[in-house]
Amino acid sequence: MFRSHVMICGGTGCTSSGSDKISAEFQRQLERHGLQNEVKVVRTGCFGLCALGPIVVIYPEGSFYSRVREEHVEWIVTEHLLKGRPVRSLLFDETVDGERIKSLDQTGFYKKQKRVALRNCGVINPENIDEYIAYDGYAALGKALTQMTPDQVIQTVLDSGLRGRGGGGFPTGRKWQLACADRGKVKKYVCCNADEGDPGAFMDRSVLEGDPHAVIEAMAIAGYAIGADKGYVYVRAEYPIAVKRLRIAIEQARDYGLLGENIFDSGFDFDIEIKLGAGAFVCGEETALMTSIEGNRGEPRPRPPFPAVKGLFGKPTILNNVETYANIPQIILNGPEWFASMGTEKSKGTKVFALGGKIRNTGLVEVPMGTTLREIVEEIGGGIPEGKQFKAAQTGGPSGGCIPAELLDTPIDYEHLSAIGSMMGSGGLIIMDEDTCMVDIAKFYLEFTVDESCGKCTPCRVGTKRLLELLEKITNGEGTMRDLERIEELAEFVKNNSLCGLGQTAPNPVLSTLHYFRDEYLAHIQDKRCPAGVCKALLVYKIDPDKCRGCTLCARACPSDAIVGSVRVPHSIDTNKCVKCGACMETCRFGAISKG
Amino acid sequence: MRRFSTLPFAGTPEQETQLRQWLAEHKEMPGVTMPALQKAQEIYGYLPIEVQRMVAEGLDKPLADIYGVATFYSQFRLAPQGRNRISVCLGTACYVKGSGKIHEKLQEKLNIKDGECTPDGKFSLDSCRCVGACGLAPVLMINEDVYGRLTGDDDELDAILAKYE
Repeated sequence: MFRSHVMICGGTGCTSSGSDKISAEFQRQLERHGLQNEVKVVRTGCFGLCALGPIVVIYPEGSFYSRVREEHVEWIVTEHLLKGRPVRSLLFDETVDGERIKSLDQTGFYKKQKRVALRNCGVINPENIDEYIAYDGYAALGKALTQMTPDQVIQTVLDSGLRGRGGGGFPTGRKWQLACADRGKVKKYVCCNADEGDPGAFMDRSVLEGDPHAVIEAMAIAGYAIGADKGYVYVRAEYPIAVKRLRIAIEQARDYGLLGENIFDSGFDFDIEIKLGAGAFVCGEETALMTSIEGNRGEPRPRPPFPAVKGLFGKPTILNNVETYANIPQIILNGPEWFASMGTEKSKGTKVFALGGKIRNTGLVEVPMGTTLREIVEEIGGGIPEGKQFKAAQTGGPSGGCIPAELLDTPIDYEHLSAIGSMMGSGGLIIMDEDTCMVDIAKFYLEFTVDESCGKCTPCRVGTKRLLELLEKITNGEGTMRDLERIEELAEFVKNNSLCGLGQTAPNPVLSTLHYFRDEYLAHIQDKRCPAGVCKALLVYKIDPDKCRGCTLCARACPSDAIVGSVRVPHSIDTNKCVKCGACMETCRFGAISKG
Repeated sequence: MRRFSTLPFAGTPEQETQLRQWLAEHKEMPGVTMPALQKAQEIYGYLPIEVQRMVAEGLDKPLADIYGVATFYSQFRLAPQGRNRISVCLGTACYVKGSGKIHEKLQEKLNIKDGECTPDGKFSLDSCRCVGACGLAPVLMINEDVYGRLTGDDDELDAILAKYE
C-alpha cells in the first residue's frame, strides 16, 4: 500500500516539456529519502491543461503542481511528501485561495467540463491494465458478451444517440446496424480511425495515450455487435507515445484473455492489429483509410458501395473514430438514457476539443454538447492573453470555418455549427486574436488542402489550387473585386463536385472568412492594406519623427540600407528599398516604428 | 516539398541483406507495401530509387506501385536528411502564434529551403503539421528534442542551433 501517489502527466505535451526527466527525478529523490515504498510515481495520460505543463498531481490531497521543473522536485519531495506541507508557490495559482487550497473542479478550466471520453486520462496509468480494470474496465465487454445479444448492443448504441466524433456526425448505432447482416457467415472488420490529420487537434492522440484500453474494449464490443473477429487501428506514425501505449495495451489484453479466442467463455473471438499511417490527411476519409490499410496510395473511392457493404479487403467494415469508441463502454455500462441525458436534442453526450492558438489555457477540454463557444473561450479557456481582442474561433480545421465574436453564444453541436458555415470536425478549436489576418488564415488552410489533395478528382486537385492562387493575388495586393466573385463561384463548384469530404469541405475556410470578415478582404483589395499587419506585401513601415531620437540603431539593423538619417536627427525609411523584415521595429527602443 | 537526391546512393551490403530478408519474410502479409517502405526507411533513413527498386523486386510488384506509395505519404522521404533534423510545426495552433516566421528565419539562417539539407550535412529543415504539443506553441523539433513556447528571436534560435554538432 502506498500512502501517496504522484501522478505525472505523460502525454505528448508534457513529455515535450520534460516530464520524463521530472518523473526520473521524483524516483531518485524518493529513494534518497527512503520513501519509495510509501509513495508511488505514476505516469498518466493528459490532464488537459497543457499550457501549464509539465503537470504533477499529488494524491490524496489532489495538489496540482504546474510548470514543474527538475529543480523543484527535491523541494516538493522534502516539503510535501516528507513533511506534509504542499509547496504553495508551485501550485496552480487558481487552486490557491488565501490559506485554503481549492479542488481542481472549482477552477475556471475544469468547472464546466464533463469528462466521459477522457474520464481515465490523468487518472490511471495507461500502461497497466489492472488500473483500467479497477475503474470498471472491460466490465462493459463482459456485460455485452454475457448478458446482451448483438442486436441489443446495437439498439443500446442507437438509443444513446451517439454520433460520430470524427466530424461527420453520422449516428454510430445506425452505422453498426448497416453492417450487421449475415453475422458469422462472412468475414467482417472493425476499424478505428486514429489518423488525426487536422493540424492543431490532438484529442484522439490524448485518448490513446491516456486510456488505450477503452478503445480496445469498444472495438471488441463493436466486433461482437456486427459479427467481426478482426480489428485494425489506423494510427499516425507521428504519434510514437500513443502507438507504444496501444501496443502495450493490446499485449496485456491478450494476456488476460480479453482479446483472442473465446473471450469470457462466450465463444466470441476478436483480435486487433495496429496499422501505421504515414502522414496523409486524406486518409481520414473512410474509403481512403481502408485503401491505405490495404497498402496502397490512400485515395478515396466513390460511395456507394458503402464500407458497411464493401469495405476493407472488399468485406463489410465499420469505421469509427477514437473518441467515438471511447464513449461506448460507458454507454453499455450506464445505459443509453444516461448518455442521452447529456447534450442537446440532436447531439447527445460530450465533445472533446483541443483548445489552442491565442488563448490563455491551451489544452484539452471535454464539455457537454450545447455548451456555448463563449463559455469555452472565456471561462474554460481563460480569455485572450496580453489584453488582445478576440477575433475568431476556428472549428473543424481545414474543413471548417471561422466563427466571429458576434456568434460566440452559439451552442456547440453538429447542427448549430454547420448552420453558421463551420462544422464540428474532429474537435480542433483554434482561437485567433486581432493580430491574425483572416485572408492569411484562409490561405493557410488552402495551402494545406492543396498539399494534401490526393489528386484523384479534378475539382479538388485543380480547384483548390486555383482558389489558392486567387487568395495569393489578394494577399499580394493585386486582387480585384472580380476575384472575389471568382472565388465564390469556384468555391461552390469545388464543394459540389469533389469526390470526397476533403474537397467538399476545402472551400469552407475561404467561404466563412469571406462571409464574416469581408471587410478584411476589401481592405486588402481596395485599400491595399492588411489590417492585422500580417501580409508582407501590403505592409509599410514608418518612423514617427516625433518619437525617433536618431539613435541609428534601426539603420544599423536594416539589412537593405533602407533607413536614412544622421545621428540625433529623426530617421526615415525608403520604402523602395525596404524588404519588410521588421528588424528595425524589433530594435527600436522608443516605439517610433510602426507598420500598417 | 519533395526533392530528389542528387547525392550518390551509399547503401551497404548489410543494409541490403537486412531489407531483403524482411521483404522475403513479410511478402505475403496483406497490405505489405507501406510497412515495407517504413522498414526500408528505418534501415536507410530515406528512400532513394535504388531502395524502392529493391522493395519492388522483393515484393514482386511494379516499381510504379512502390513509387506511387512512396510519393503519396509525407512520412516517406526521397532525399537524405542532415545529421540533425529540424522540423518546424506549421499546424494551425503554432501558425497563429508565429511559427511561419520562425520557419522563414531558419531558412535564412541556414541558407537552405524547406526540405533541404545544408551542404555540410549538419542540418536539414522540414515543416510538419502538428506534433501534438499545441499547448507549447509555437514548437520546433530537432531530432527528438522539442523546443516550445518560442519567441522567434535571433538569439533564441542561434542558441538552439548552437547545441547541435
